[in-house]
Amino acid sequence: MTMKHTLVALVEDKPGVLNRVASLFRRRNFNIDTIAVGHTEQPNLSRMTIVVEGDSAKVEQVRKQLDKVIEVVKIVDITDQEIVERELALIKVKATASTRSEIIQIVDIFRANIVDVASDSLIIEVTGDEDKIDSLFNLLRGFGIREIARTGCIALTRGSTGPLIVEEEPKVIKQPRRPLPPEAETAPDW
Amino acid sequence: MTKTGAQILCESLVMEGTEVIFGFPGGAILPFYDALLQYPQLRHILVRHEQGAAHAADGYARATGKVGVCVATSGPGAANLVTGIANACLDSSPIIAITGQVARPFIGKDAFQEVDITGITVPITKHNYLVLEAAQMAKTVKGAFFIAQTGRPGPILIDIPRDVLQESAEFVYPDKVDLPGYKLTLQGHSAQIKRAAELINTARNPVIIAGRGVIISKAYTELKELAEKAQIPVITTLLGISCFPETHVLSLGMLGMHGMAYANMAVTNADLVIAIGMRFDDRATGKVSAFAPQARIIQIDIDPAEIGKNVRVDVPIVGDVKNVISALNKQITPGEHIDWLRQIEQWRQEHPSTEIRDCDELLPQYVVRQIWEVTKGDATIVTGVGQNQMWSAQHFIYTKPNSFISSGGLGTMGFELPGAIGVKVGRPEETVWCIAGDGGFQMTIQELATVVQENVAIKIAIINNGYLGMVRQWQELFYGRRYVATPLLGPDFVKIAEAYGIAGLRVKNKREVIPAIERAMEYSGPFLIDFMVEPEENVFPMVPPGATLAEVIERPKPQKVNP
Repeated sequence: MTMKHTLVALVEDKPGVLNRVASLFRRRNFNIDTIAVGHTEQPNLSRMTIVVEGDSAKVEQVRKQLDKVIEVVKIVDITDQEIVERELALIKVKATASTRSEIIQIVDIFRANIVDVASDSLIIEVTGDEDKIDSLFNLLRGFGIREIARTGCIALTRGSTGPLIVEEEPKVIKQPRRPLPPEAETAPDW
Repeated sequence: MTKTGAQILCESLVMEGTEVIFGFPGGAILPFYDALLQYPQLRHILVRHEQGAAHAADGYARATGKVGVCVATSGPGAANLVTGIANACLDSSPIIAITGQVARPFIGKDAFQEVDITGITVPITKHNYLVLEAAQMAKTVKGAFFIAQTGRPGPILIDIPRDVLQESAEFVYPDKVDLPGYKLTLQGHSAQIKRAAELINTARNPVIIAGRGVIISKAYTELKELAEKAQIPVITTLLGISCFPETHVLSLGMLGMHGMAYANMAVTNADLVIAIGMRFDDRATGKVSAFAPQARIIQIDIDPAEIGKNVRVDVPIVGDVKNVISALNKQITPGEHIDWLRQIEQWRQEHPSTEIRDCDELLPQYVVRQIWEVTKGDATIVTGVGQNQMWSAQHFIYTKPNSFISSGGLGTMGFELPGAIGVKVGRPEETVWCIAGDGGFQMTIQELATVVQENVAIKIAIINNGYLGMVRQWQELFYGRRYVATPLLGPDFVKIAEAYGIAGLRVKNKREVIPAIERAMEYSGPFLIDFMVEPEENVFPMVPPGATLAEVIERPKPQKVNP
């Protein structure tokens, strides 16, 4: 079954690693929805969050292949786990004297911030999951969007442990996951 | 001690026990060649094309179990290695390819003979490196050798800019590697092994399918013990050939597209498949959804990414095949499976897949069988790809471990000659027969010069049918006998051999076969025989592409009536 998967990887901070990771997705003809890379609490290690839509068995196959990349220290598919997912977007929207206050109201509802004001435009900073940003984007569209920049999703699992900080877990080979029934899919948390 | 990058590279190769390097020099790699003069313990074998260097290193690695090393210069030299590296990657062969690169200030400027070889080889190497300072050289080579030969072996490429080879640095060879992301699972999970043993102990119709993993892991005795103790027949994949003696009563030979009909029947009717170090290639499984439809599947592999990749698996065991089988052997109870073995024997009698038909024509199968007869099976066979490869797999009876060396996964025509050179260099005392087709042989024929220059005493049998035989067979069977681009005008191979300084013979009749092979065996140096075989002979049995293993075509085509 095709669904969105969120993979998080701990990788060595070296040139070429992103290429190796991306190359394995390309080989299977996956289109990466978003990819976010940043430093971690450990020196020389970076964390990648990759969101990709695809058949679960195929994604699991790519995950195993990625786990074999020498510079990938660990990679986990956290789609089925309790996670906090966030994305940041900067949206530059047209604003005139007559529309500005209406935009500000919408921004407040979404607990977003206005980070730049010009005579004919505003830059709005918003964080949240993908649906929240999509919703805000759709509401602002009527005012005229000049530009939008999105970071792509980053994610952590809830609770004190994380998929990438667990000590050596017993090596259990996961069979391709069975698809969830549609009613089991949870609604966005905002 | 301060040394240049090139010297550090040589020192590191010596530290890793390298004895032979297959290579071809050029501008960017010249500092390495210059340093090589100070290291006479590193034997350099000059090939005539870099693809040959990679295949020879691959053949050497397969024959010895050690890492094969090949060297090329930047640009075209590096690019020419690509086919050989991919070949080693698909067949899990540990080679290290060292390439020169343009000097650091020129990288990324489309300099003369610059190519992004690390970028090119990302998908076909186990890992690759660009060394950007001489101080990193020793650490890199150490890591490369470690990765190449541990776990599932594979090719590593090390790209070195010319000025890094010339730069000086302190040489200290590290005693351990620092690879936080490199995971090895060598021991099987005990609970899974227990489950596997239970399945084996209760199976009624079990089969073992053994692949190249058994050879890589040198698990010959463990496999034999498993098969004999539980009385389970052993089928091999193409690359698993020679992991189990084919004269053994439990041996069923090869499965798959050109496998033994009875082996395919056994898999199709099995209630348990024990897959050991094999990866369910489509040439082995046939239509994958109908593969072993009644069987539970135990898969043992060192590479977790192979588990469940192509077929559903009931009991996956990740680990080194040797460790896993020996752990498994402690938990299995002696079995008998008399009815099952009797059934298989009946299939074997009813469907004799390796019978060579009795006729006056010179049949390629007959040639292969006579090589076996004359050598008494005491030879390593290196093949090309296509019909010659399948006949070599079917009609030579392999009893010595790791005595069949062939390009399986990538199916690289042109592997035979340079591959055989590497094998012979790795096993100088052994008889090495290169069984080639007239098509593939012409792809790397230039390496005959390497054979002569290095006096590599291989015996070459060209199965010359004047066609790209396997493609022609497909055209005959599936494309209405329209032979497009498969009739092949070859040169006079005996004269070619003579021109290079190699002794040779042409064989046109059946009765000349044995004397010619005997002559080749008696001759001390390299020897070539051009066997002019029946042009339109086909490889059978055959499972048509996309068909299930049960849908095997067994019968050779009817005799041709001469016009």
